[in-house]
Amino acid sequence: MRKRPLTALAIGLIASPVMAQMDHSQMDHGQMDHSKMDHDQKEKAEDTGHGDHAGHEMHSKPMPLPSQSRSGPPNAADAIWGADAMKKSREALYDDHGNMSLFWVQGDRLEYRAREGEDGYLWDVQGYYGNDTDKFWFKSEGEGSFGEAIEQAEVQALWSHAIGPFFDLQAGVRQDFHGAERTHLVVGAQGVAPYFLEIDIATFLSNKGDLTARIEGEYDHRLTQKLILQPRAEINLAAQDIPELEIGAGIDSIEAGLRLRYEITPEFGPYIGVEQEWKLGGSRDFAIADGEDPSVTNYVIGLRFWF
Amino acid sequence: MTKMFNNSLIEPSRRTVIQSLASVAAIASLPMPAWAMGKMGGKLRNGMDQVAGPDVHLHIADGMFRTGNRTGHGIGLNGTVPGPLIRLREGTRANLMVHNMLSEDSSVHWHGLLLPFQFDGVPGLSFPGISPGGNFTAEFDVRQSGTYWYHSHSGLQEQMGHYGPIIIDPEGKDPVEYDREHVILLSEFASIHPHQIMKKLKVAEGYFSQQKTATFDDYGMSAEERLMWGRMRMMPTDIADVSAPTYTYMINGHGPADGLELPFEPGERVRLRFINGSAMTFFNVRIPGIPMTVVQADGQNVQPTEVDEFQIGVAETYDVIVTPQAGTFALAAESMDRSGMAQATLTSQPGQRASFPELRDPPLLSMVDMGHGGMVEGGHDGHGGSGHSGHGDMKRGQMDHSQMDHGQMDHSKMNHAESDTPMSKMDHSGHDMGGMKMRDTSLLPASVEVGPGIDMVAMNPRDRMGYPGLGLDNVPHRVLNYKMLRALNPDHDHRDPDREMELHLTGNMERYMWSFDGKKYSAVGDSPLRFAYDEKVRIKLVNDTMMAHPIHLHGIFFELVNGRGHAQPKKHTVIVQPGSSATFDATFNEPGDWAFHCHLLYHMHGGMMQTVSVAFPKDAS
Repeated sequence: MRKRPLTALAIGLIASPVMAQMDHSQMDHGQMDHSKMDHDQKEKAEDTGHGDHAGHEMHSKPMPLPSQSRSGPPNAADAIWGADAMKKSREALYDDHGNMSLFWVQGDRLEYRAREGEDGYLWDVQGYYGNDTDKFWFKSEGEGSFGEAIEQAEVQALWSHAIGPFFDLQAGVRQDFHGAERTHLVVGAQGVAPYFLEIDIATFLSNKGDLTARIEGEYDHRLTQKLILQPRAEINLAAQDIPELEIGAGIDSIEAGLRLRYEITPEFGPYIGVEQEWKLGGSRDFAIADGEDPSVTNYVIGLRFWF
Repeated sequence: MTKMFNNSLIEPSRRTVIQSLASVAAIASLPMPAWAMGKMGGKLRNGMDQVAGPDVHLHIADGMFRTGNRTGHGIGLNGTVPGPLIRLREGTRANLMVHNMLSEDSSVHWHGLLLPFQFDGVPGLSFPGISPGGNFTAEFDVRQSGTYWYHSHSGLQEQMGHYGPIIIDPEGKDPVEYDREHVILLSEFASIHPHQIMKKLKVAEGYFSQQKTATFDDYGMSAEERLMWGRMRMMPTDIADVSAPTYTYMINGHGPADGLELPFEPGERVRLRFINGSAMTFFNVRIPGIPMTVVQADGQNVQPTEVDEFQIGVAETYDVIVTPQAGTFALAAESMDRSGMAQATLTSQPGQRASFPELRDPPLLSMVDMGHGGMVEGGHDGHGGSGHSGHGDMKRGQMDHSQMDHGQMDHSKMNHAESDTPMSKMDHSGHDMGGMKMRDTSLLPASVEVGPGIDMVAMNPRDRMGYPGLGLDNVPHRVLNYKMLRALNPDHDHRDPDREMELHLTGNMERYMWSFDGKKYSAVGDSPLRFAYDEKVRIKLVNDTMMAHPIHLHGIFFELVNGRGHAQPKKHTVIVQPGSSATFDATFNEPGDWAFHCHLLYHMHGGMMQTVSVAFPKDAS
């Protein structure tokens, strides 16, 4: 019963960056008047010959093309140098001009966390291999306290496909290496929202049928060219109680952090910061029952890097 | 008597420097230059020699290159960066022999030269490329004169030093009279490999800029403006993708630390042949205190026009005449984003070093650069740009459109208080910032493929032929713009275009994707833009991005539609300003397949390229 609205919420959240991207094109058509004017001119525009029309609107006329403009030999150079001689360099030419694949790895957060009780650690790493529109994307996150069993560790393997100028749709699997070691199907979206907000939203359906979602957002605010203040928030949601994992339905937890990073190079930036974690609702009850503090403040020191 | 072709290209001071390098001296003493014997494995020399046609040998080889404190792996021709000046004469037959001594394929494109397409030097398009150890000969009739250049069209070799100047002397009397000439080849050098540059551009927006907006910056932008840019996910500082300090800007292979000297005798008419052979940099060129008379653009003579500064886009050339009196003058070529400067001292007293102007404050992009029209370019024309200085005292109230720019240009010398012209109040064109649509794809023609590769659509792109270039629209002196260019010899047999077409320059800054009509070259290489032989087509380029793109057509000169009628200037490269349009007429009378691309090297490699396929006359039905 409780599952349905949260499912809708999770799906809505995935859709939101996509919609945010479309904001601009959906907005304010009433204010379009002068560009509409241009459109009208388009239809009327006729070539007035050469001369003083640097500023005027000119558009493709539906004039019949000379037949030579529509067809011809596929590659003029083949006739001179031979198709075989041209083939390899032509393939390289196309590949070189727009079809480049890259390998990128980022350690977004690798940090030591000082807090009440045992201090802890956290890693948050991602990377990809692929071209402009399709990539193999991997992510790994984990955390724990020194001297204790690892609290959370997961790896995701995703196919990431550009669905707009700023967002990728991501789908794949997630494997947990903690607790009940579940496997999840992942569907999500990652990209840059207005105001350069970096957003990563994912929904997870586990092999036990549990539906959860995670929303992460972070923003790099440049104080100077090298000193960057990064607010960051993460919300974890669950569509149902998952007692084995001590997760309650609803908003499971919220993290809010502020990190101050000094980029020695853009690729290498040590930081300090503070992050507050709250467990809420059923998860809070689970924590209290375990004698854990549902509200933890971490003082962090860490490193962000990429290559 | 005029010293027509006085080649003072290697001036005494540089000789001294060179001769102090024992290893280079040793190389010079060999009966055969090292570059002609195989791999250099050593140093590439700064500066260039001259090789005169008709028979020219170019040996491409790599080595270490150094200027100032910057060293890196470079590629030179005949042992130097830039490669040698190739001197040809109109009416002769050139025989250009290229030897590739690299361990990878290479090529030479003769930029601006009219020749059969198979010698044009684009691997995969006009010929198969030159394999390691291989040779290639381009033999053709020289049927033009002027200042041109050459460069690699293979991979990213051009960034590493694979470029050089070409001068073609006219068959008859040169309409440009001069006593002395200097080639000024502008370029840049980086220590890191160009593949690394490309990767950083792809994965980290704004990586190379040290001038991004920040809480503690000197930009006089209001909080609203900053938020507006942020909301659009655009950076007003996206002016040069790669810049100093990654780059050292060079003249003839010399960074500022080398103290390049260009000698002259007082009273001489000195012809300066500017070539922008850089991979990514537009330069603002001036010689404070010396007016420059522009006599040639892209190798084509133009009616003399006197200016104090000009912006030169990548791959463009301008010839200017200066007539300095005795003294020492600074030739300053400031990068458009003002992160650095290429420098040379023009002096009548050898050994003197000019004092160079400080870098001016970096400019910012404006609403107009986003394609929101507004600034009426006609009014702008006179605004310090074209010499109609009378417009300069226009009341600000009348200049509401250009105020938009000025709101951001607080560093200008115009003293417009930025605080009272916040962009949010400049809603004179019927929309405020909240109403701006950055990506209304319904405005695009059907020929444009809408997808992730397009992050912006210019809402109201204007022709900006009269715009002098970013940051030069309100300097207190005369700056060149395209409207000021008039062909020296008007074309009185002017034909009207047979048809028109519109091409959109499209991109995504965040993903660093670049294309024509939303389609990267990797996707449309086999679907060229086809033209009938001798067809005349008016092509309107619409820039749906916030960067200025220098668009170059191989093999064919086009006429800028700049309002000069029969005197429309011919060019091989046209800058299309951000969020704006530019139109040219091209008569496709050079048959074969030609490359057509943005000459920003990393934009071309991102996919902003197409093949222009011109039918052969024999194919005519």
